[in-house]
Amino acid sequence: MDFLIQRLPLYLDGAWVTVQLTLGGSALAFVLAMFFGTMGTIRHWLPRAVATVYVEVFRGIAALVLMFWMAFALPQLSGFQLDDRFAAILALGLNVGAYGAEVVRSSINAVPRAQVEAAVALNFSWSQRMRLVVLPQAWAQMLPTFGNLVIELMKATAVVFLIGVVDLTAVAQQMRQSTGETVIAFVGAFVLYYLIAQVLILGMRLLERRANRKLGRTSPGGAGPLALLRPPAVDTRTGAGK
Amino acid sequence: MPPSDTPKHEQPQGVGGGPGDQPLIVFDQVVKRFGDLTVLDHLDFSVAPGERVTLIGPSGSGKTTILRLLMTLEKVTEGVIWVDGEPYSHMRRGSHLSPASEGYLRQRRKRVGMVFQQFNLFPNMTVRQNIIEAPVHVLGKPKDEANARAAELLEMVGLSDKIDAHPTQLSGGQQQRVAIARALAMSPEILLLDEVTSALDPELVAGVLDVLREIAETTDITMLCVTHEMTFARDVSHRVLMFDQGRIAEEGPPEQIFGDPREERTKSFLSSVLDNGH
Repeated sequence: MDFLIQRLPLYLDGAWVTVQLTLGGSALAFVLAMFFGTMGTIRHWLPRAVATVYVEVFRGIAALVLMFWMAFALPQLSGFQLDDRFAAILALGLNVGAYGAEVVRSSINAVPRAQVEAAVALNFSWSQRMRLVVLPQAWAQMLPTFGNLVIELMKATAVVFLIGVVDLTAVAQQMRQSTGETVIAFVGAFVLYYLIAQVLILGMRLLERRANRKLGRTSPGGAGPLALLRPPAVDTRTGAGK
Repeated sequence: MPPSDTPKHEQPQGVGGGPGDQPLIVFDQVVKRFGDLTVLDHLDFSVAPGERVTLIGPSGSGKTTILRLLMTLEKVTEGVIWVDGEPYSHMRRGSHLSPASEGYLRQRRKRVGMVFQQFNLFPNMTVRQNIIEAPVHVLGKPKDEANARAAELLEMVGLSDKIDAHPTQLSGGQQQRVAIARALAMSPEILLLDEVTSALDPELVAGVLDVLREIAETTDITMLCVTHEMTFARDVSHRVLMFDQGRIAEEGPPEQIFGDPREERTKSFLSSVLDNGH
């Protein structure tokens, strides 16, 4: 235990890098997911084709290979060396954004057709329909899957030491090599990854609760702060309720 | 270029319509098909300004499709719909007509409002937002003005106390009255009512119909109404169209259609509806 407490600052430095990569990658993934996911719902073939190409290309490439490419191949091609962390964020964001785009697309398509028709009947333009009616309703549907993707992205950051970024995993590796305490060195990483994941999950549940409340739904899993610690149980979709 | 002896670019004259007025809505040989299914079969009819028309007929006879065409939720397969003497399903391109673009439709459907069977209130908005968002964003009304109008309309439908409620907190009848207020907030000249009481529990129907009666009495909004509420149809409509298989089987004033139907199809339809306790 003393071993970890003494080296806590080093672990925290590594964890902070992991958090930065997670937040940066998630932010990029979110923007890409919303953009290409929405594009994938447009009736015209051209934007839909562009969205499909993005999704299929970046879903098909391993994030690690993309990261290597950004860090090692891109400088050779362009002569421009990306910051290692930035390369990692770019690779993770592009990869997870492709998964997210599919989530956004399917959530938008899951908004009942009748809602869109009601918006047409009020003569909203396409962008008004999206902004005021469709996306706010699709949002509640996206969040649980977004939560999974954020956790996945956080865990995927564990490979960034391969391009030289000193994250939590890299710190644990260094500890192990410098002290030989293999078991305990990784326990420190376990605990911190777990804590980061719990904070992310809590944040996503808060967002999910808020989204459900805005749709006038009782939040799945009930109300009160304790409900946040439970996984949401029942999805009470609203019908033409009373 | 179509030859000039197919005068598609002019609204046909004298196809039914009101007493001497230029008709507001004209269906000219309108065909609507979904795949192999012909829902409307070369339909001709017109509606005068301020007229209230009830569409009845067995399900699948095309009544709802007529409303959906007028709300531009569907496109005609053949034929042309005219509103106020100008093409509606189509737009003028020189001397002939081509299918309307989205921009043209947006211009033209401003005057039309619709109330749906399933209410279709936006669950992500409060009652107030449901009513004011379109006037604010589409018509560019100042928020104060839109709010004042929303309060007025909610009072008319008897739901002033629900202005900050969510749709899910309302009964079906209340939701439908909000939906009516929402449609009226856009000041439509034409109001389409698509089986607006069919999804309601019987005890909630009267409240909605009362609101519609009041609108009929106090405004000159042209109304097209698909309904199974025969008493209501008799009370408010000037004319009843009986549809069967995408065509008008019989039309006339409500007293005649309900009291003395001439067509067998009308008789059997009316008796089946009345037997079901509607």
